[in-house]
Amino acid sequence: MTKLRTRRLRTILAATAVIAFTGFGTGLASAQTTLLNVSYDPTRELYKTFNQAFAEHWKQETGEDVRIRQSHGGSGKQARAVIDGLQADVVTLALEADIDAIAERTGKIDADWRKRLPDNSAPYTSTIVFLVRKGNPKAIKDWPDLTKDGVEVITPNPKTSGGARWNFLAAWAYAEKAGGNEQAARDYVAKLYQNVPVLDTGARGATTTFVQRGIGDVLLAWENEAFLALQELGPDQFEIVVPTLSIKAEPPVALVDGNVDAHGTRKVAEAYLEFLYSKQGQELAAKNYYRPAKPELADAADLKRFPDLELVGIDSFGGWKEAQPRFFADGGIFDQIYKKGS
Amino acid sequence: MANANLASTPPLGEAAIAPLLPPAHSKTSATGEKAATRWTLIAIAIGFLALFVLLPLGAVFAEAFRAGFGAYWEAVSEPDAVAAIKLTLLAAGIAVPANLVFGIAASWAIAKYEFRGKSLLNTLIDLPFSISPVISGLIYILLFGAQSVLGPFLREHGIEIVFALPGIVLATIFVTFPFIARELIPLMQEQGTAEEEAALTLGASGWRTFWHVTLPNIRWALLYGVILCNARAMGEFGAVSVVSGHIRGETNTMPLHVEILYNEYNFAAAFAVASLLALLALLTLIVKLVLEWLYADQIAGTRRH
Amino acid sequence: MTLAASAGRWRWKEPSVIPGFGLALGFSLTYLGLIVLLPLAALLLNAASLGWSGFWDIMLEPRTLAALRLSFLAALFAASVNAVFGLIIAWAFVRYDFPGRRLFDALVDLPFALPTAVAGIALTALYAPNGPIGGLLAPLGIKVAYTPLGIVIALIFIGLPFVVRTVQPVLEDLDKELEEAAATLGASRFRTLRSVILPALMPAILTGFTLALARAVGEYGSVIFIAGNIPYVSEIAPLLITIRLEEFNYAGATAIGAAMLMISFSLLLLIHLIQLWQRRRFTHG
Repeated sequence: MTKLRTRRLRTILAATAVIAFTGFGTGLASAQTTLLNVSYDPTRELYKTFNQAFAEHWKQETGEDVRIRQSHGGSGKQARAVIDGLQADVVTLALEADIDAIAERTGKIDADWRKRLPDNSAPYTSTIVFLVRKGNPKAIKDWPDLTKDGVEVITPNPKTSGGARWNFLAAWAYAEKAGGNEQAARDYVAKLYQNVPVLDTGARGATTTFVQRGIGDVLLAWENEAFLALQELGPDQFEIVVPTLSIKAEPPVALVDGNVDAHGTRKVAEAYLEFLYSKQGQELAAKNYYRPAKPELADAADLKRFPDLELVGIDSFGGWKEAQPRFFADGGIFDQIYKKGS
Repeated sequence: MANANLASTPPLGEAAIAPLLPPAHSKTSATGEKAATRWTLIAIAIGFLALFVLLPLGAVFAEAFRAGFGAYWEAVSEPDAVAAIKLTLLAAGIAVPANLVFGIAASWAIAKYEFRGKSLLNTLIDLPFSISPVISGLIYILLFGAQSVLGPFLREHGIEIVFALPGIVLATIFVTFPFIARELIPLMQEQGTAEEEAALTLGASGWRTFWHVTLPNIRWALLYGVILCNARAMGEFGAVSVVSGHIRGETNTMPLHVEILYNEYNFAAAFAVASLLALLALLTLIVKLVLEWLYADQIAGTRRH
Repeated sequence: MTLAASAGRWRWKEPSVIPGFGLALGFSLTYLGLIVLLPLAALLLNAASLGWSGFWDIMLEPRTLAALRLSFLAALFAASVNAVFGLIIAWAFVRYDFPGRRLFDALVDLPFALPTAVAGIALTALYAPNGPIGGLLAPLGIKVAYTPLGIVIALIFIGLPFVVRTVQPVLEDLDKELEEAAATLGASRFRTLRSVILPALMPAILTGFTLALARAVGEYGSVIFIAGNIPYVSEIAPLLITIRLEEFNYAGATAIGAAMLMISFSLLLLIHLIQLWQRRRFTHG
């Protein structure tokens, strides 16, 4: 009796193993040109449509089939994965500093990668705006309203989120201009972060906290994220408030030379990045609420959605090479404002 | 088989597994509690479980079906989800047997012999429990990543470990490493070596003794360990997230796919895939119940399960 | 039995007629070495690149200390809650029969199966001020989500199976004759519980407690959603590790990881030694 059961048990185990391994077999990719685009979180919707458009474009141009493999995650985490060996052909990240890190640590990207494509290698830009609850009950109009008593601000942690660094710099840029000096800016951001009840690790997490959990009065968000949240999560519940001044966020793209040469995909990878600057690429960017680098190529109807406001570039902070260590490194200004506050 | 058990009173544990047996304490006896105490304790147990486990689970299912059954089916049958399910089953399918073999070997060594350093070995087995998932993924990056000592060698030979299947499997094995051994060791220690010694004295070979004496004695703990190990292997998020590379449809396991969907504001689909994981865990538990039912006669004859 | 057999002569293994020691121990050590120890060596090596003073600089930073304190205190609290309620749950399952017992028994393992991120999201949805439980607590002035209390809730969730599942088999195996003897000798039920049952269960409770504690200290996925992550207030140590990684500071990240590992390892070792001591005392007594 025991023997029979043991035999049955063995049969079951064997069958499970066979099923498991056939699953593995079918999971393997076929031999076809593939590109791996390693990107950050908010570009999911953009690259979903863009990848399809590029595959069609490439087929028309060359007759070859190309499949784009897509990876999303926090910008810094994605950069680390590429440094540690993730075989990205192109990287499309949130921050220049993240691509610089790959270039420095692996040598797989040319040090002056920023000059290799037009517009500082940023085919689309965005800015930071406010998302508030319908009717704007706390009457939030501009940056000074965020430090008022009783106003809760939701923004992710600049230490773990690329988007949050743009938020921080936008607030800083405003305060430095309004107050006239660095101390004023320091005092302002310190006060602003005292009004932050939750520091999520990523931009999407912060949006969920604001929208789904009902926490906070205002969400600092990428413009494209705010539009998307409005569209996906209810235009009747939220509205966008545009501050008088914000930052010009430039999420850059780059070819990973070391990897494309190893994969033999240089030509198609270059074409992929250039396609971002084409009419179709720019139209898709604008459709997905990114401000196209070449607005003349995009649909005028889409462009109308972007409000006019004063934009400060990262160059006014001396570029990311200076801004990153000064504000966000261990012991930098962001850490200091918390040290004092506690 | 176990003659040592013949004289013992009907074991208490059976009430937990054999529906055919009368409940262990249907009447108040010298070794039971008053009805009031009994029901208070039951109420506390159920209340605690309801609050901390049932409610979150209910929330997952409620969210999963919010958009209707059609949307649920679509979410779990779309190609990326299917690829994630396959990858998860594959990773668990490799990790669990590997840890099973280890669990048996380690508990055999620890429970059946006395040797120096046993406590240390025993502690080392638990070590993966106490390591933050963030770190458990990171260690494989430090070992096999492009920046590691082994990195250049692996690249030269075209061996992909991290950001591919082997890395995911390794991280899964690491996280679920102690489960089976942890279930077996205390039981085998308590059972001692008398039965094995008897079998050996009667001329049975080592393997035969293991197969016919030890294995039947530990099989329920073994099954239990496999179930827990499997549940955790399929549900692991943190460690796998570090070594996965997050390539859609390729290196995304189910928990990672849940995260992706959630981050796309596709909450219903995210919870649908999550509920599937809960269902898979429940499925293994149903298998356990069925086996217990099949073997009810034998359980009644042995002390342990 | 065999323990005292060869008094005087030192040997690292007591003789035994049971075969397979070499194979079993050899395989165990090889597997342990490859899967656990080798990668951990890489971790320690990486942390060591900081040097002794660099290591202490990171560890003694007020923010690191605050995060470590929070992680260990929250884990300790959650593990204690689990030890008490886990024992009650195991007791109810083993000793009593009630409708739906098997269903609840099956539920105990779910925290293992549910991806930690899902658990975190589900718990946050429940305990946020606009959630079904958070909404009930909010008028009383109790905030759960985005406070240290939320962290404890998440840690209770992930640690519960450890206690229940280590206590349950021992309770099932517990010899009822002892209880009967105690009752015959006139001990009250409470006295029997305190002097007979609890001591027998103590090693299992302790093991469950330690495993729950060790697991909770390092937990990241479920906590991150419900914690609030405010530095010095609700920032857990594993988040600090992630932050160091974002700064490309691998050495700093591994240093915190290694420190947590050492503390947890000492705790585990201590518990194993206590158990060993208890077992010796039990067999000799």
